[in-house]
Amino acid sequence: MTTPYQERKIPAPKLNYGDEPYFDAATQGKLMMKYCNDCKQYHHYPRALCPFCFSDKTEFKQVKGTGTVYSFSVTRTSGPVPYAIAYVTLDEGITMLTNIVDCDLDTIRCGQKVEVTFKPSEDGPAIPMFKLI
Amino acid sequence: MSIKDKAYIAGIFEHPARKIANMSLAQLHAECAKGALEDAGLTIHDVDGYYCSTDAPGSLGGINMIDYMGLTVKHSDSTNTGGSSYLYLVAHAAEAIAAGKCSVALITCAGFGRPGTIARDLDTAIPDTPFEMPYGPVTVNLYALAAMRHMYEFGTTSEQLAWVKVSASHHAQHNPNAYLKKVVTVEDVVNSPLIADPLHRMDCCVVTDGGGAVIVVSPEIAKSLKRPLVKLIGAGESPKGQMGGKIDITYTGAVRSGPIAFAEAGVKPSDIKYASIYDSFTITVVMTLEDLGFCKKGEGGKFVMDGNLISGVGKLPFNTDGGGMCNNHPVNRGGITKIIEAVRQLRGEAHPLVQVKNCDIALAHGTGGSLSTRHGSATLIMERG
Repeated sequence: MTTPYQERKIPAPKLNYGDEPYFDAATQGKLMMKYCNDCKQYHHYPRALCPFCFSDKTEFKQVKGTGTVYSFSVTRTSGPVPYAIAYVTLDEGITMLTNIVDCDLDTIRCGQKVEVTFKPSEDGPAIPMFKLI
Repeated sequence: MSIKDKAYIAGIFEHPARKIANMSLAQLHAECAKGALEDAGLTIHDVDGYYCSTDAPGSLGGINMIDYMGLTVKHSDSTNTGGSSYLYLVAHAAEAIAAGKCSVALITCAGFGRPGTIARDLDTAIPDTPFEMPYGPVTVNLYALAAMRHMYEFGTTSEQLAWVKVSASHHAQHNPNAYLKKVVTVEDVVNSPLIADPLHRMDCCVVTDGGGAVIVVSPEIAKSLKRPLVKLIGAGESPKGQMGGKIDITYTGAVRSGPIAFAEAGVKPSDIKYASIYDSFTITVVMTLEDLGFCKKGEGGKFVMDGNLISGVGKLPFNTDGGGMCNNHPVNRGGITKIIEAVRQLRGEAHPLVQVKNCDIALAHGTGGSLSTRHGSATLIMERG
């Protein structure tokens, strides 16, 4: 079985206050994660207050954009085209929901190495996704 | 303070329909309430507490339904944790009764689930939405992620997951109201179309219209009624989320709600004669059984094989009404039916072909929301007499 990746219409996310730097960076081809300057840990999704120590000394920092597939699911019937939703664990140690793109979706496996790429949303910012390396 | 021995389930009702036309949402809730009150031998005038979730009409908790049904209540709650809400609500009603805030609590669940997938209500103020919505999250793929990881870490197979559906179908054949009554095989399940890998169509629960209601009362009132006594002896609840990105989707919130409920009840998993386990998808059951301590972590796939969940065949009879897999999953919320079938078993009123012998202690567990992002887990333990 092969399931070639197909481009999918991605609705623009409706942002809450404070989300803009993440998506502005994505549009510039950078993956940013929130980092706590008190407990020295990254977290995701980004919060104003750190979910581990409740410090307000959080800031966006650029991460390497490489990681491994933690889990994935080729979603075959929920949209006009199949797509692969996934959790990717970044080399910095935190895991984010994403899509795996630009490959035969049937070749994706847990544990595979991936790197970030960016796909446009409809009239909105670019969205971080991952491709196999 | 504990709820143990302080509250009883005196009335249950599961609406017999699975497809409903020409009925308002408020009417459906009220008819479920009426059915449960009649089952208990109580009237609407006895009710002094009302509990519902967001399937009830209106955005003001239970206020619209309280007015519709002509109730005057002293206590109410409208917790929403998706399909597990009703296990939370029964526990909260029991807590209110134990605290003397009310003595006859009515819990309703009802709505129209068909047809097909209901669009996710994406409230833009939810902080996680912008970081998830672009990736196409839907209910089934958010459970599939957990199934895929479980297979990767523990070697769980599609054939093992299929046994959950097969077992439920063996029970559903005896339920005249079940949405799907046909007995299916492991091959039927694994050969059904893949919806979101590794979950097939037959790994998914049914989608139905309908509902149900439960009446929780004080010990004094329970003992004044003519129905078999079913006592609440333990309750636990716990949401689980993404933990700031330190994600581990190999377990559910049952790892917390279960031990709380078992400790309060003073029983252990081996004491449970019957278990209603929320079966939104086959993987939900496998992981919940592990997390509640019925088997070791990672061994849920082996545990459910070869009919181990089938009444009269295996060690842990589950979902003897046919569960969400085959019987009913009204308005995408299966928690109320989990409580109802556990009460039937403790009363000895399940179908004779699925009734568990000497069923003195039963458990009901709900998982509402999405297994791999955020969900609310709730466990109830009940005792006969």
